[in-house]
Amino acid sequence: MREVMVIGAGITPFGELWESSLRDLGIQAGLEAIRDAGITSSDIDALFVGNMAAGRLIEQTHIGALIADFAGLAGRNLPTVTVEGADASGAAAFHHAYLSVASGLHECVVVGGAEKMTDLPDADVTEIMSTALDQQWESFFGATLFSVYAMIARRHMHEFGTTKEQLAQVAVKNHAHGALNPQAQFRRPIKLESVLGAPRVADPLGMLDCAPISDGAAAVVLCSADRARKLPGQHVRIAASAQAGDTLSLGSRRSLTAFDASRVAMERALKLAGRSRTEIDVAELHDVTTISEILAIEDLGFVKKGEGGRAAESGMTALSGELPVNTSGGLKARGHPLGATGIAQVIELWSQLTGNAGKRQVKDARVGLAHNVGGAGATAFVHILEAA
Amino acid sequence: MVVGIVSYGACIPRYRIESSTIARVWGQDPESIGKQLGVFSKSVPSSDEDVVTLAVEAARSAMRRCRLPGSIVKAVYVGSESHPYAVKPTAGIVAEAIEATPELTAADFEFACKAGTAAVQACMGLVGSGMIDYGMAIGADTSQGAPGDALEYSASAGAAALLVGRKNLIATIEHTCSYTTDTPDFWRREGQTYPQHGGRFTGAPAYFRHILACSRNLMKAVSSKPSDFTYAVFHQPNGKFPLRVAEELGFTADQVKPGLLTPEIGNTYSAAVPLGLSAVLDIAKPGERIFVTAYGSGAGSDAFDITVVEGIQKLDRSNTLSVRSMIDSKVLIDYATYAKLRGKIEMGGAT
Amino acid sequence: MPGLAGVRFWRETQSLYNLIGNRCGKCRTVYFPPRPVCPVCHRESIGRMEELKLKGDCEVLTFTVVQEPRRGFELQVPYVLAIVRLDEGPAILGQVVDCAPADVRIGMRLRSVFRKIGEEGKSGVIHYGYKFAPG
Repeated sequence: MREVMVIGAGITPFGELWESSLRDLGIQAGLEAIRDAGITSSDIDALFVGNMAAGRLIEQTHIGALIADFAGLAGRNLPTVTVEGADASGAAAFHHAYLSVASGLHECVVVGGAEKMTDLPDADVTEIMSTALDQQWESFFGATLFSVYAMIARRHMHEFGTTKEQLAQVAVKNHAHGALNPQAQFRRPIKLESVLGAPRVADPLGMLDCAPISDGAAAVVLCSADRARKLPGQHVRIAASAQAGDTLSLGSRRSLTAFDASRVAMERALKLAGRSRTEIDVAELHDVTTISEILAIEDLGFVKKGEGGRAAESGMTALSGELPVNTSGGLKARGHPLGATGIAQVIELWSQLTGNAGKRQVKDARVGLAHNVGGAGATAFVHILEAA
Repeated sequence: MVVGIVSYGACIPRYRIESSTIARVWGQDPESIGKQLGVFSKSVPSSDEDVVTLAVEAARSAMRRCRLPGSIVKAVYVGSESHPYAVKPTAGIVAEAIEATPELTAADFEFACKAGTAAVQACMGLVGSGMIDYGMAIGADTSQGAPGDALEYSASAGAAALLVGRKNLIATIEHTCSYTTDTPDFWRREGQTYPQHGGRFTGAPAYFRHILACSRNLMKAVSSKPSDFTYAVFHQPNGKFPLRVAEELGFTADQVKPGLLTPEIGNTYSAAVPLGLSAVLDIAKPGERIFVTAYGSGAGSDAFDITVVEGIQKLDRSNTLSVRSMIDSKVLIDYATYAKLRGKIEMGGAT
Repeated sequence: MPGLAGVRFWRETQSLYNLIGNRCGKCRTVYFPPRPVCPVCHRESIGRMEELKLKGDCEVLTFTVVQEPRRGFELQVPYVLAIVRLDEGPAILGQVVDCAPADVRIGMRLRSVFRKIGEEGKSGVIHYGYKFAPG
């Protein structure tokens, strides 16, 4: 398979965007990415869109067709694909867009992720997010996505002595990063006491342990290395795009405190990239809850199983630490429009690797990693990008 | 041929609200209300309990005790005035949950508080005629009394199941008789949440007339007198009526008390007599006779002459709860929690 | 969720009401809910999965007290969800009842009870199934 480059990016602010519809957001990010890449619409061979739940959130499916149409591309009869992988839909779309170029099927594609979550009451949105669980054997009994993560947290605390304070430190760190990101949903630092004292969602997780409901869209342009050489501007190489799966319901897993899908996706990605994890300079990990980031740090092998609680606490994963994690603010502070997150993570790496991360810049960032999880761990993607 | 009881089971929800708690809300005297009504607390179902769940737990308990497989049950009848569905039988769900489906007959019964005993009689007919070997009759209710009404103090929740058959008996039912009229003492129209009642009319022309007449008919039919019986179980809308009717018939308070549960758990309506009978079967010995008369408003009484036999000692009680232990495992709640659980709070169409 | 969602759950009645799972005829691993294929033996298990009724006795592996409920569960807040290990082997998610949330512990023993799980609104189908309680 041939080399694929990221040649441009576009992203909307994330948050409660009352004035913008899903199509507004998708087009805004897409057009910005195309402009950034220095290409025109006639260069685009296909559009891939990651979206988890527009069918229920705004009663609209066929999102790829929708966005292509309103971006003015329908006249070219552009092929469009909508990709769903729960809240890893963005990474899933990226993976398939990458494959379409790596395989030689396409030369240049646009891949975006978008989600409009605020056109329904919160209770309905929680319900819809929980469709990523096993509807028949988990949601049916009253489980929500956050309640499943809460059970993982409690078991992690039981097995490894992880504390509520350590969970809270993840949120504090990510909000501190978000404060440096002009596109983030939350741009103010928060205190540890606020996280610990926030209203409970599902004990031991409180409101500030959990990602918010967000609107937003993000898009990147991919093309073959050969084509990229003919284009101006900065480019980033996709060194690996890997995926792994696991059982849908938590009870069926090998462990209640590890996502094997994350671990295996990481192993596959490192092999594809021909790199070791010590070479990773900056990472965007899936922190849909604070425990999720702790699990990710462990499952991706950056620390031993059980020691993830210390990572944020000790500063290891802070901007100034040895492995900055979620410099964008993560899902927690940057926001989590379900289908957009996977692409937003890639764009943060793009910013870091092209030296455009402003106040969040990690010095000499040359290799970045993005980790996107679907639901409660049944799907995981790991992407490794390198400065070209 | 001899027909009788093969097994029995009960289920009483854990939550209790005290009469004094209810009285305080409506401006009655909390100190005297309990004694006045003969009801000191009543059972309240949790938000995930209803007639179906209570009936299932009672029926499962009965099956565990006799250690027979659900497939032997060829009839399931559930009597209640608070079936969750107006159309879709509780009995079908119970049958599924005791693994008796699909080759059996099932239906729901209604006759105010004697729907459960009416179900027993129907099973006796099917068994006695040889049409089936085993039938399950259940009385279960989660009845409601209108807020502030006298019935709010007593309308409670519970279930008891009786497995009727002619083999493996723990007690024989020597005779049953009934007394039925059209009497407007207590009723609920379709679609109405709470019942209406005739106040003091529910006494002499209703409860007492039917229980007295039916009981006297039964006594005559089996040529017995009250002292021939160890226990007497009467329908118990409050703690006082059963003692008065017992006295009028010539029974002592000691005969009635073991089966009189209303003072502690309220009136469980269709489950009241089956539960009272279950409480007695928890302690009765072979040879002892039990006199039972149920009453349902509208109105009618069913009476039974029951004799406990040796088989009662073969029941496996190890994995089931006695009525007394269920009465005693209680969790007190306040009126606000009670109102929330019983759906008395106007939710504004949100749920 | 109006209309025919009752049908979707009706298919699982035997498992929801009576804890009917199955066991691989080859490796004897027990599964709940029942599986069409054994994830260990793969094609060698096809046609060899045996129906099995589980007892419902189990142990708590982890739990949470839910404060922000799923739609339809508002009246039950706070409610306890747990992953329990059934004695026969499978671990499943269920609600813990008849126990104060503060009294739930990892390792505590529970048994299954038959309860109302939810309903499709005031005029829709009522769903029943298993929950877990102490004693």
